[in-house]
Amino acid sequence: MSVNIGIKNVVKKYGDNIVIPDLSLTINEGEFFTLLGPSGCGKTTLLRMIAGFNSIEGGDIYFNDKRINDLDPAKRNIGMVFQNYAIFPHLTVRDNVAFGLKQKKMDKKTIAEQTDKFMKLMHIDEYADRMPERLSGGQQQRVALARALVIQPDVLLMDEPLSNLDAKLRVEMRTVIKEIQHSVGITTVYVTHDQEEAMAVSDRIAVMNLGEIQHIGTPKTLYQRPANLFVSSFIGRTNIFDGKLKVTGGKTMLCLENGYEVELKNVLEPYRKDQDVKVSIRPEEFVINVEGKGIPARIDDSVFLGLNTHYFVTTAAGVKAEIVQESQIDSILPQGMDIFMTVKSEKINVLTADGSKNILTGVINDKPE
Amino acid sequence: MKKTGKRMDIWTVISLSILALYGLFLLYPLFKLLMESVYKNGAFTWQYFAKFFSNPYYGITLSHSFQLSIVSTIFALVLGVPLAYFYNMYEIKGRTLIQIIIVLCCMSAPFIGAYAWVQLRGNNGIITRFIADIIGHKPPSIYGFRGIVVVLTLQLFPLVHMLVSGALKNVDNSLLEASENMGVTGVKRFFKVVIPLCMPTILAAALLVFMRAFADYGTPLLIGQGYQTFPVIIYNEYFGETGTDHNFAAAVAVIAIIITAIIFLFQKWLSNRFEFHMNALHPIEMKKAKGIKNVLIHLYTYIIVGLAFMPQVYVMYCSFRATSGKIFVPGFALTSYKKIAEDVPLAIKNTFVIGLIALAAVILLAILIAYLVVRRRSKLNDAIDTASMIPYIIPGSVVGIALVIAFNRKPLILTGTAFIMIVALCIRRIPYTIRSSVAILQQIPITVEEAAISLGCSKLEAFFKATVPMMANGVLSGAILSWVTIITELSTGVILYNRSTITLTLSIYTMVSRGSDGPAAAYATILNVLTVISMLVFLRFSKNKDISF
Repeated sequence: MSVNIGIKNVVKKYGDNIVIPDLSLTINEGEFFTLLGPSGCGKTTLLRMIAGFNSIEGGDIYFNDKRINDLDPAKRNIGMVFQNYAIFPHLTVRDNVAFGLKQKKMDKKTIAEQTDKFMKLMHIDEYADRMPERLSGGQQQRVALARALVIQPDVLLMDEPLSNLDAKLRVEMRTVIKEIQHSVGITTVYVTHDQEEAMAVSDRIAVMNLGEIQHIGTPKTLYQRPANLFVSSFIGRTNIFDGKLKVTGGKTMLCLENGYEVELKNVLEPYRKDQDVKVSIRPEEFVINVEGKGIPARIDDSVFLGLNTHYFVTTAAGVKAEIVQESQIDSILPQGMDIFMTVKSEKINVLTADGSKNILTGVINDKPE
Repeated sequence: MKKTGKRMDIWTVISLSILALYGLFLLYPLFKLLMESVYKNGAFTWQYFAKFFSNPYYGITLSHSFQLSIVSTIFALVLGVPLAYFYNMYEIKGRTLIQIIIVLCCMSAPFIGAYAWVQLRGNNGIITRFIADIIGHKPPSIYGFRGIVVVLTLQLFPLVHMLVSGALKNVDNSLLEASENMGVTGVKRFFKVVIPLCMPTILAAALLVFMRAFADYGTPLLIGQGYQTFPVIIYNEYFGETGTDHNFAAAVAVIAIIITAIIFLFQKWLSNRFEFHMNALHPIEMKKAKGIKNVLIHLYTYIIVGLAFMPQVYVMYCSFRATSGKIFVPGFALTSYKKIAEDVPLAIKNTFVIGLIALAAVILLAILIAYLVVRRRSKLNDAIDTASMIPYIIPGSVVGIALVIAFNRKPLILTGTAFIMIVALCIRRIPYTIRSSVAILQQIPITVEEAAISLGCSKLEAFFKATVPMMANGVLSGAILSWVTIITELSTGVILYNRSTITLTLSIYTMVSRGSDGPAAAYATILNVLTVISMLVFLRFSKNKDISF
């Protein structure tokens, strides 16, 4: 049985140090929900509050309609996967997986059946009688996942489960995790600081910074229409420029360096007035213009990565920027070459001058107001 | 906003229970000891302290004790540190045997060493006569300061070896390779890299050795011949044949505690300046030394381990000598064993029953306290931590006297029971086991326990099902040493025992003090055999083949 998780105005303090001032969010039943943010943003703290390992200094956490603030961690029926896996080193793989079931005093037959089922599901049945120290990192991770899922928890919590794996295994395991989550259909809260990993596995992501939620949305909305400057630069790569909005003859024009102007059709009504703005332009939203139109820049360096080629440039006004272009069969533009850049106006994001709000239409933010 | 304060949970109950135990069996006796030192017939007085400081005789014993302890500590370090270095850096033939001998040496009661050295190098000792025959006149006497230092050094350097070996196991091989890379090798590397890396442990070992030397009274009693030391006064004033003065003994004991506390604080201050932690990913790989170096390393190891072991061998040899009355006569016989045959079963039974119960209690309490200290930091648990370390600085005989003072009268008469012996052993041994358990627990990620809790365990279940099994291997390797220490413990036992609770070690002591050398040697041999068997059993079942503190 899966549940939805309601977090209402929770507060976390360590002494006088407030880590989470006031945080609310709702996680839907069966959803793969990720808490994403830089280290120290409070994401693990929040996860451990849901798990019951951290006390809650204010607010409430609900599983469906049941308030769980004071419920013992052992009674929350939670499956948890830890960063270091926390496999019991003194127990075999089978005993590790069966641990939670034995704790529930289930009959031997059911325990054996369930344990076998989940070991098969995670493809660790062939190591059933091995001790954990003789398993690789990826295999240990599978054991941890099987152990967490076999007890049929209401909620699966994962705290940076892939950060101890090497890059290739990380990609492989995140597919495994996503597939398992979908087949079991369990409400999952996943913590990571790796935005690519978050995008790969999540139904929805909550971007956190300094104990506050910045933006909740699907990977696509977060990337394409970030709610603010922090989200735009934390999710994916971006270039930030200063710009000006000018409204002339019913048209809203964005003015960038060197008098380069583009018309924006998607600025929110209240913001259609002359003002300074911040512009977030992702590397792939630039077009290198050979006709002498756009922002003038000089190429400092280039990196060929097969599919794409990255150019690192400095504009005439001294702003450093990154451009990504699909690699061409002919030559790579040489260092020191002067170029001009235009932007794909429907893709770029325009934010208030303080960066606190995206002023374009189409921003979808599930963060409760 | 609802506040979820700290609730009373099972660990709070455990904290309070442990604190209560310490209150009753450690703080209360020490308080009584303090009272005894300043009250005479219900009236407050400084006269006992005044007596100590006004009579130069007592001051001299204090200075004797300091001289002895400092010199012995230095020698023990000079012998023990290189031994540990050779033993852990190079392949040495007969490692297991050497390890067992080293444990035997540092665990045997010091007075056995003293007793054997008197037999070997006393006025009429075998070696004395042998040397005299060669050089034509008697070699310098072993009695007095020199003898005590020899006995204590040989007794204590194995301890230094064991502690420093433990530190060397945490030195990462890459550190040594790095220093080699930068041109620091051989002796230079030993002094510039190895010694500084082991400095925290060397300081800890120095303190331990100093405390043991300072608290020992068996050795000066037997080999001192008039060279009076500080602990001997305490013992004589409390248990002497004539003119005992319990209040004065208590006052001297209080002075002893103050002195050891000051030394402890000094050591702590010193070691804080060298504080760092190491954990070896790649432990040092033992190499085979070549040529003359190899010979010298083996010679050094065999000679000093052999010297330390000689008294034991001699005592075992004596146990098989024929006796007439209390005197050895030429030839071999089992008369010594026959003499004690009737009493041995009880002594062995007591050794095992008291020892095993004490060991179980020590391990249980130590891991509980370690858990409280590491995972549940609070003022209450800090108090337990401090209380548990108090016995570390209190000489064993003082613990014994304090317990006698507290529990030889109503409402709680415990002296002469096996229970009080167990309590004393626990108090004495727990500080060491706590330190090692704390170190082990700090290596275990807390998430393992949280995993168990999230899988439905209660806090206590998670502790016993997840944390304790993970600690088991480390605790076990400390347990064997606890066990050997417990069965060979003398200083508190000698104050608390009676006929029905006598153990093997105490039997040796009573026989030596009665002048029954043969039976004493027989008891000592039996004890040694039991110690060796214990260690072989341990080495057979333990995963890592190390005995650690």
